[in-house]
Amino acid sequence: MEFDKITASRRGFLGLAGAGGAALALGAGGAQAAKVRTNARILILGAGAGGAAIANRLTDRLEGAQITVLDGKQEHWYQPGFTLIAAGLRPASYAQSSITGWLPRGVNFVNEYAAELDPEANRVTTTGGQQIDYDYLIVSTGLVLDWDGIEGFDLSLVGPEHGISAHYAGPDYAETSWRALDKFTDEGGVGMFGRPATEMKCAGAPVKICFLGEDIATTKGNRDRCEFIYNAQAPNLFGVPVIHHRVRQIMDERDITYRYNHVLKAIDPGAKTATYATPDGDVTDRWDFINVVPPQRAPQVIRDSGLSWADRWVDQGWIEVDMQTLRHARYSNVFGIGDINGVPKGKTAASVKFHLPVVEDHLVSEIAGQEATRMYDGYTSCPLITRVGRAMLVEFDYQDNLTPSFPGLIAPLEELWISWLMKEVALKATYNAMLRGRA
Amino acid sequence: MEEFSLMTILAVFEEMFGRGLFWAMVAVAVAITAAWIYVLIRDRSMSMRKFLLAQLSMPIGGIAAVWFVLLITNSGLRDIGGPIDWIVLLGVFVAGAIGFAILVYVVQSLVRGRPVDS
Repeated sequence: MEFDKITASRRGFLGLAGAGGAALALGAGGAQAAKVRTNARILILGAGAGGAAIANRLTDRLEGAQITVLDGKQEHWYQPGFTLIAAGLRPASYAQSSITGWLPRGVNFVNEYAAELDPEANRVTTTGGQQIDYDYLIVSTGLVLDWDGIEGFDLSLVGPEHGISAHYAGPDYAETSWRALDKFTDEGGVGMFGRPATEMKCAGAPVKICFLGEDIATTKGNRDRCEFIYNAQAPNLFGVPVIHHRVRQIMDERDITYRYNHVLKAIDPGAKTATYATPDGDVTDRWDFINVVPPQRAPQVIRDSGLSWADRWVDQGWIEVDMQTLRHARYSNVFGIGDINGVPKGKTAASVKFHLPVVEDHLVSEIAGQEATRMYDGYTSCPLITRVGRAMLVEFDYQDNLTPSFPGLIAPLEELWISWLMKEVALKATYNAMLRGRA
Repeated sequence: MEEFSLMTILAVFEEMFGRGLFWAMVAVAVAITAAWIYVLIRDRSMSMRKFLLAQLSMPIGGIAAVWFVLLITNSGLRDIGGPIDWIVLLGVFVAGAIGFAILVYVVQSLVRGRPVDS
């Protein structure tokens, strides 16, 4: 029953580009349940995809709750759009909007960051010195990009002048990164791609930008002047074996060189070299273009709070939540949504989409004195773009099983135009609807 | 609300085009359909001459719809992969063709006015 529901809602997330008509047959959803009355103080840390969406959902479900959202940023970033920006297909503004535009009326938005979090005292102190006490805490801070983890790298180096791309850094950097990729695919040379050894958001994105770069060079007629090298941090190109083999096959077909167990540790922008840690010692290579994806970790305030796992990901600090209920293992009034969760898979917007109903159910049920039933199965998805105009709709769960939303209709490992349509047209709209608590 | 529902589809389409544009497009489609029903009732018959021209114009509407979709999605016919891609493309073509045929029929009927009974 539970998984039937999850499958249906997965169709909701992905099924809007081409199969909308068929999906309509699934029928209209049930009427909105009556609101639960409470005076609980709920604090949401972070107003990104997870924070904004859960604020909207809880506002719809609860009557009288004091909901506070704490985030020092002004701008909301649609991060799944960064790859399109870095490939010259969208401007930076495509991923930029105001945080406050996504938050529901009636919540208290504090435009500061958390400076200190004490889960024993149920209290957060903000960077402005304000103390906020809570009954329930939802941690949706996202993660931090550890640019200092790459020796010699600085964000000021990003752009065509140095041939450096860093499209994870934000919409403006993604746009500057495109100018570097554009120049590289015009002039040719050696292009380096790869990913960090830590857990990371959207593990498909470094592969996508490599495929897009190769396709753009081909379209320009400059493919023979460009060399593409993808550096994987592990002995595979993707953590899910069946997807690894498919990506390897495409890289073989398109003459993209791949190297396993190469972790970027330093770059020299003057000499245009990169140093990789490998099992056989450090290797230094020359490049004309490099896409830098840094190590990724939990924000320091979370790592200092005692919410992180003590014995897993100790250098990264993801919080210790139950992998099915997303409730904290040691503090039962704390939940996690999105990238911050210390679960085996899925730092993606699609994972956020599936974290949301689980956290909502467990929190609202507890307030209402009922038993929660929803569980998260590790589902995540990635429209793995293979070139401008085509993508593979890759979906999988904790067990590395492929979990296609449209079995028999949209093949998960086939390069399809419809999967591109979903990424290009339907995904942002669905994401926005998710933020508003409507999808 | 996490189940897939008509409301979810409407929400997504509102986000895709913007609420105003989406409902404006729905209104235009409804208006053309209503005008078509109006002229059918007014004339109390289908004019085969107008219907012929409407049918002949169908490929134009179909091709225009496919061209529009490819244009706004940064893609081309070379990207069509498996069977589902052909089905979707065909669906876009058919939708454009039918919509344009209705439009052509309605415009003829409204411009030329009510036919004189022979």
